[in-house]
Amino acid sequence: MNTEKNSYTVIFAAIMVVVVGSILAFLATGLKPRIDENERFEKQQNILYAMGVNQNEGDGSVTFIPTNEVEAEFSKYIKKQLVVQGDKVTEKEEAYLIDLKKQLSEIKAGNNAELPLLIGEKDGKEFYIIPMYGKGLWDAIWGFISLDENMVVQGVYFDHKSETPGLGANIKQRFFMDDFVGESILDGNSYAGIGVVKGNNDPLNQDKEDNEVDALAGATITGNGVTAMIKESLKLYKPYLETIRKK
Amino acid sequence: MALLSKKDANLILDPLADNNPITIQVLGICSALAITAELKASVVMALSVLFVLGVGNVVISLLRNVIPSKIRIIVQLVVVATLVIIVDQVLKAFAYELSKTLSVFVGLIITNCIIMGRFEAFALGNGPWKSFLDGIGNALGYGVILVIVGFFRELLGSGTLFGIPVLGDPVTKTGLYSIGYENNGFMIIPPAALIVVGIIIWVQRSRNRTLIEEA
Repeated sequence: MNTEKNSYTVIFAAIMVVVVGSILAFLATGLKPRIDENERFEKQQNILYAMGVNQNEGDGSVTFIPTNEVEAEFSKYIKKQLVVQGDKVTEKEEAYLIDLKKQLSEIKAGNNAELPLLIGEKDGKEFYIIPMYGKGLWDAIWGFISLDENMVVQGVYFDHKSETPGLGANIKQRFFMDDFVGESILDGNSYAGIGVVKGNNDPLNQDKEDNEVDALAGATITGNGVTAMIKESLKLYKPYLETIRKK
Repeated sequence: MALLSKKDANLILDPLADNNPITIQVLGICSALAITAELKASVVMALSVLFVLGVGNVVISLLRNVIPSKIRIIVQLVVVATLVIIVDQVLKAFAYELSKTLSVFVGLIITNCIIMGRFEAFALGNGPWKSFLDGIGNALGYGVILVIVGFFRELLGSGTLFGIPVLGDPVTKTGLYSIGYENNGFMIIPPAALIVVGIIIWVQRSRNRTLIEEA
């Protein structure tokens, strides 16, 4: 067989594409349910983490509810799943699965968007959990922030797609996320959010009224991304938050 | 080794030492820098490359007589990319936690020069069994260096191994830290990997002088 002929090369390439394409398509369809389920569990774990339902030990670990228990725990702690559309608030099952990124681009395009918001309850206390989505240095960052009715942060969870390991990637470390707990997102009456700032003279984060947490060294742009992400998200949910806020 | 003839055994053993892909052939340096800040990532990367290179070498070797030489590089790329996607999808379905820490690195396998290098230099000219051994050998040689570098970088940079503190607690100053030891933050960043690899190359060549190139 002459493998140097052009016709042979073309036919070989065509067959190769078909074979490889079908292998991958077959694999992707076969594994998709499992992958989707994994992603759903992860979201549940992250949401529960933000309201303080986790298995953290000591000062350093970020340990979620194990995957095999998370579904039960999720339905135990999450009391209501809401969709916020401007002033309109409706209950919706599985609202937490709404793709926030898509909704944000709808808003950018000037369309109506469905923004998910969850209400959790732990030890008789209510948590309002808001999903967030923003940009870090290299790629997307996202997370959840849980508030009480005084607009004080009860917990956060951040994650990222590809921030620099050891620098920006540290937004998902305990020492960074724990700093947010107890901070108020209000500055007077405005929803100021929480800034990630350098040199705020409060490295141990004792001042909970300053709307600031200490930045990560070497991760300025990721930190700014977190600041912007919190601010933008709160802006979207402000109409709803105004209705639940204790004044 | 009774299982393998001497020649076959050398296909596996050579890349582990005197023909190591990283320290002698100086291939695959990029990924060695990127992921060796933690030992766990090093081990998983080594295993992924082991799979891709082992299977890929066999596939290329089986196809070696039918691949048109004009598009052989493209065919090689397609084979690597397919295997990498398979690894990625399977990890996502069955080891989701792992796939999250690894997602960045799995893509790096495609561009790992060791893989294309072995396809081109060995699998295209040898039978499947020999190619398989060559693939395994080179992946192990790569993995050994990765693990060594990862070991030193995580130990000296973070004071942990596989995420477990081994030198004490830097915050509460226990263990080594109580006598004034500090983690070396430099070890976390990629240039540190170059230095560790450099030291390995230095040690290896001073032990076996035949490896030193004539000036």
